[in-house]
Amino acid sequence: MNIPQGLYFTKEHEWVKIDGGAGTIGITDYAQHSLGDVTFVELPKTGAALKQFQIMATIESVKAASDIYAPVSGTITETNQELNANPALINQDCYAKGWIAKVKLADPGETGNLMDPDSYKTYVEGLA
Amino acid sequence: MELTRPTPSGIHPEQARRAEELIFEISRAGRRCTHLPGPDVPQTKKPDAKFLRDCPCELPEVSELDVVRHFTNLSRLNFSVDTNFYPLGSCTMKYNPKFTEDASRLEGFTHLHPILPQLAEGAQAAQGALELLYETERLLCEITGMDHFTLQPSAGAHGELTGVMLIAAYHRAKNRKRKYVIVPDSAHGTNPASAAIAGYEIINIPSDANGTMDMARLKEKLNEDVAAIMMTCPNTLGLFENKIDEIAALAHKVDALMYYDGANLNAILGYCRPGDLGFDVIHLNLHKTFSTPHGGGGPGSGPVGVKEKLKKFLPVSRIARNTDGTFALDYALPESIGYLAPFYGNFLVIVKAYAYILYLGREGLIRTAEHAVLNANYILAALKDYYGAACAQGCFERCMHECVLSAAALAAHGVHALDIAKYLIDGGFHPPTIYFPLIVKEALMIEPTETESKETLDRFIDVMVRAAKLARENPQALKTAPLTTPVARLDETKAARDMNCAFL
Repeated sequence: MNIPQGLYFTKEHEWVKIDGGAGTIGITDYAQHSLGDVTFVELPKTGAALKQFQIMATIESVKAASDIYAPVSGTITETNQELNANPALINQDCYAKGWIAKVKLADPGETGNLMDPDSYKTYVEGLA
Repeated sequence: MELTRPTPSGIHPEQARRAEELIFEISRAGRRCTHLPGPDVPQTKKPDAKFLRDCPCELPEVSELDVVRHFTNLSRLNFSVDTNFYPLGSCTMKYNPKFTEDASRLEGFTHLHPILPQLAEGAQAAQGALELLYETERLLCEITGMDHFTLQPSAGAHGELTGVMLIAAYHRAKNRKRKYVIVPDSAHGTNPASAAIAGYEIINIPSDANGTMDMARLKEKLNEDVAAIMMTCPNTLGLFENKIDEIAALAHKVDALMYYDGANLNAILGYCRPGDLGFDVIHLNLHKTFSTPHGGGGPGSGPVGVKEKLKKFLPVSRIARNTDGTFALDYALPESIGYLAPFYGNFLVIVKAYAYILYLGREGLIRTAEHAVLNANYILAALKDYYGAACAQGCFERCMHECVLSAAALAAHGVHALDIAKYLIDGGFHPPTIYFPLIVKEALMIEPTETESKETLDRFIDVMVRAAKLARENPQALKTAPLTTPVARLDETKAARDMNCAFL
């Protein structure tokens, strides 16, 4: 299970990478593996307001349709348009090319509600 | 070397080949079913040019025999409850007895025009149909413990939307706007969808280690912003929600309403009634519990029942019984949520359910629930050591009308629930529901229904056991299944990613 350093994680298996006042959001390797082949991502709109742990997008795979929850509050500045044509990027490279949205953070302190890589690793191992 | 594939059992290779052809592929220019004679009277006026096509209509050109062979061969490839065991979990694919078809084809019903009871004096000419609707409502009230029913909704999800709209009307009449509907994570996907379409936000409550509603999380989330709790009982893990009375009491304390998804009512018929458990609104799937056909053989029917406090919001028209014993349509419901469907619902489907209820009677309906539960437990007991009975955290010894197994232990051999499902097709069985409920990894959800014999269940169990052994000894044999279908394993990912749809 690939869990890179430098990211924050949610219990719902989203990750966020913080870069100053901005964040990049995606789903984890555990999530893409559980979902199976991703077939569609309903991206949020640029400019949309996100609230931490509220639904921000929907992802469909051959197995199920699932909600993606915002790991942080803020405003969407950009979404990954590549996913419209190639949702498989999430299966192939969920931490880089398969990113979902970029966001301007409302409250950088919210990362305190998220897990670091070590805690997330322990959490995922507990689910097996 | 060309791989030879066995053809579908009992079907000649030539028939299988012909069934794979599209009707457009057998089309030959100029070939016709019928040769119409030319007009023998002068044509006085040609149609306006703007109504004429500017290109030829794309229709297959075939003979009548081509049409008959094409569709007969196709129909022989069909898989149905009438041909094979169909343990598709959560869907209740039980046998649809043929006497109900007879009842629904009585000319008095099929020749009746739906507008008739709405015309002046018309109701007098449709008394039988109105009485049947009225009686069906009363029977469903008795079976479920509700006070009133509407038969209008066209299917289960339509019934759910109706139910949630009634809940919204209830709160609106009390001059309050509530924001949330609580749905457990084991719910049917239609529950959150219906509530969201009706304008509510969804609060998802996880299941606890016993596979039922997590009470601590419920108490944390339940407050006066909650409009309703939507529950299925027994739930989609095939387990009875044993704290249901406590949940209903908590909901009613904040005047949130209890919604019962009737998808699994077939498990508890005659043993308990949702109305007595504290539910305020219920939808039923007549095509499940009351054995009317599913899907293409349908249409569906999703009657909604309510307690007295919601009566005034029910859709118009209502079937009313006059003091002289005659029946009429009642539109005098100013607080009604309005029309939900044209006329009175899928009438001929309701006729089938009515016939089914009368034929089985109280004792018969109770026995259907008993046999449905017995059959599911028989399968669970036989297969749990090969698969593992699953819930989010633990294992169960008993279930209600369906059991959820997990193929998670086979993942180490590269075998998944999908492979088991495909292998079952070669065994002559419809696959169970897979990857649902979502909270079970590699879920295989099996609902045998009450109409299957022990011999059929034993044959199914044999194939499931064989699949579990193959997964460990020769997983490749599962990966290549199915071999007996006109086409091999379909690429479901490609089908979803590169959609090629035709709309007519």
